[in-house]
Amino acid sequence: MASTHPRGAQFIKATVLVIGALLLFAPFLFQDTRSLEVAARICIFVVLVASYDLLIGYTGIVSFAHTMFFGFGAYGAAIALRQMGPGWDAVLVGSLAGLAVSIVVAIAIGLLSLRVKAIFFAMITLAAASVALVLASQLSNLTGGEDGITYKAPQIFKTATKLMVDENGKVVRILGVKLNGKLAAYYFVFASSLALFILCLRIVGSPLGSVLKAIRENEARAEAIGYRVVAYRTFVFCIAAAAASLAGTIYAIWLKYTGPDTALSFNIMIDILLMVVIGGMGTMYGAVIGAVLLVLAQYYLRDLMGVVSENLHGIPLLPELFEPSRWLLWLGIIFILLVYFFPKGIAGTIWEKGARS
Amino acid sequence: METISQTIERFGGVYLLPVAVSLIALVLIGIPSSWVTLTVAGLAMGMMIFLMASGLSLIFGLMDVLNFGHSAFVSFGAFVAASALGYMSGWLGADSLALNMLAVFLAFLAAITFGLVAGWFFEVVIIKPVYHDHLRQILITMGALIVSEQIILAVWGGAPVSVPRPSFLEGSWLFGDVTVEIYRAFAFALGLAVYIALYLVLKRTRIGLLIRAGVENREMVEALGFKIDRLFVGVFMVGSALAALGGAMWAGYETLITPALGGEMMIVVFIVVIIGGLGSVEGTLLGAIMVGLMANYIGFLAPKLALASNMVLMMAILLWRPSGLKPAVK
Repeated sequence: MASTHPRGAQFIKATVLVIGALLLFAPFLFQDTRSLEVAARICIFVVLVASYDLLIGYTGIVSFAHTMFFGFGAYGAAIALRQMGPGWDAVLVGSLAGLAVSIVVAIAIGLLSLRVKAIFFAMITLAAASVALVLASQLSNLTGGEDGITYKAPQIFKTATKLMVDENGKVVRILGVKLNGKLAAYYFVFASSLALFILCLRIVGSPLGSVLKAIRENEARAEAIGYRVVAYRTFVFCIAAAAASLAGTIYAIWLKYTGPDTALSFNIMIDILLMVVIGGMGTMYGAVIGAVLLVLAQYYLRDLMGVVSENLHGIPLLPELFEPSRWLLWLGIIFILLVYFFPKGIAGTIWEKGARS
Repeated sequence: METISQTIERFGGVYLLPVAVSLIALVLIGIPSSWVTLTVAGLAMGMMIFLMASGLSLIFGLMDVLNFGHSAFVSFGAFVAASALGYMSGWLGADSLALNMLAVFLAFLAAITFGLVAGWFFEVVIIKPVYHDHLRQILITMGALIVSEQIILAVWGGAPVSVPRPSFLEGSWLFGDVTVEIYRAFAFALGLAVYIALYLVLKRTRIGLLIRAGVENREMVEALGFKIDRLFVGVFMVGSALAALGGAMWAGYETLITPALGGEMMIVVFIVVIIGGLGSVEGTLLGAIMVGLMANYIGFLAPKLALASNMVLMMAILLWRPSGLKPAVK
């Protein structure tokens, strides 16, 4: 498909490039804190969704433990930064610890349950994720319990840090944007997310990616050709877990706060699922589109729904359904309809459109 | 070694597991009266979980459909029953036992009816188009779960709802220094009644025969000219109604319910179904009782480990028997 460059594929790639460019210049284009927050969240979720797409889209296994690995990474960095103080050594130790825990747990879950039916795997990961969430809120002297942990990021990412100063000792501005630590933090998030995303893209294009697709299409045949299905599945599960864990570390550094709601809650898992399905399973570029759409919806759809809800005032139940916090209801319905009618999601559908014409 | 395992098999095999667990717990706890209380609590909890899980297991066994939205029925059942009980609070407070019982009966009936209707809707509208496609099944039922949770939030709000309990189920019985809460005994009795009814239907009736045959080999039953699809709709509806009944029982047990209830129970239900082996009612009962007992014993012995204990139990059993204790499908 990729070799023939159909129009749909080109369109998708162009869209993704435009999104990438927008994210690259986000601090200059949208100069308020909320937009920067949105842009950083998009970057993180692109990585999360892309690594999840490796599992669900390319290998055909459904895991509900992706937030668990995200949480391991985030908590690893958070705990290290709090115990060792802000510094790169803490970041390194934290991310490596998170990574190690993620990989060990992924191997354990994979070997235990990937040899049985896919559906068992889904249930077991769900159970494991819920246990992780409970543990995080129970081991409060380590994880801060429900309140989570606040800590300081490395010096260079502090808002007060001046990256460049002019002769008066003030922060240099480019196009009105202060070159301060916040900017450095954003570009740290952007660059590491980009690197991880490209890594995922690379895996999909490599021979390993072809084996994974073969397993997805016909497990028995892949096994018969001589690929050890369980080993491959466990391996890709580990890669996805590692990517999610690193994304968690990056997010922890960006937020300077880690708690069950931001790093481990089941809502994040639902977000990832929605993103990967809306964007398109098994397309990788779909991850970018899905993440952008859903994060934008999270931040801006609520405002819109608030307006709708106000206007429907007086009609029974309807204002309740359009209540801003009910936005998940509508996304859920869209999600179901998408799985029925466009199982390939936005990216997959457009990609194929071009291929046929 | 051989003879030992044969002897164990003769005395009930894996069914001895709960007995063994409770005996070990007796040694560890050391106080007989609290052990009895905990065991009764565990059995009652197990029976309620069994109500919720049995439908899921049967649905999977018969049609290879795993409904991730199953817990939505549990929470709907709980909230419908809570609303119904709240509506009839006058009867609950009344002195007459008959009125009390009628109110409880009607509340459960409301939950069951809702479960039947919702189950029918779920099966026909949501799951029918994605038979034989596990990936999309998981996704769609997950989507349905999200939507139903949001509907519960929209209708009942996010604040905890208190569930009025009828006066005849309040309080507890005292035998010496052993206290048994009446509601727990009631939950156990109801669960047992449902189990016996399910057992009789499955083992003694023609429909039960067809269901068991369908679990065993669907194509063969279809080839013999029976419409498995229609049977399946029925099983799905009954399974959902049982989940709703379980939810209603749970609501009365907890007396304060939040919309998060479904999600919490879903994990337990999954663990039970995995432990028991998908597709078998006996296995589900066994798994549910194991989980109920373990939760109560561990909750007493080491409260911090209570929730992780289910996970550890599941891991251990999967390592020992990868397809559960009593799988129906080989």
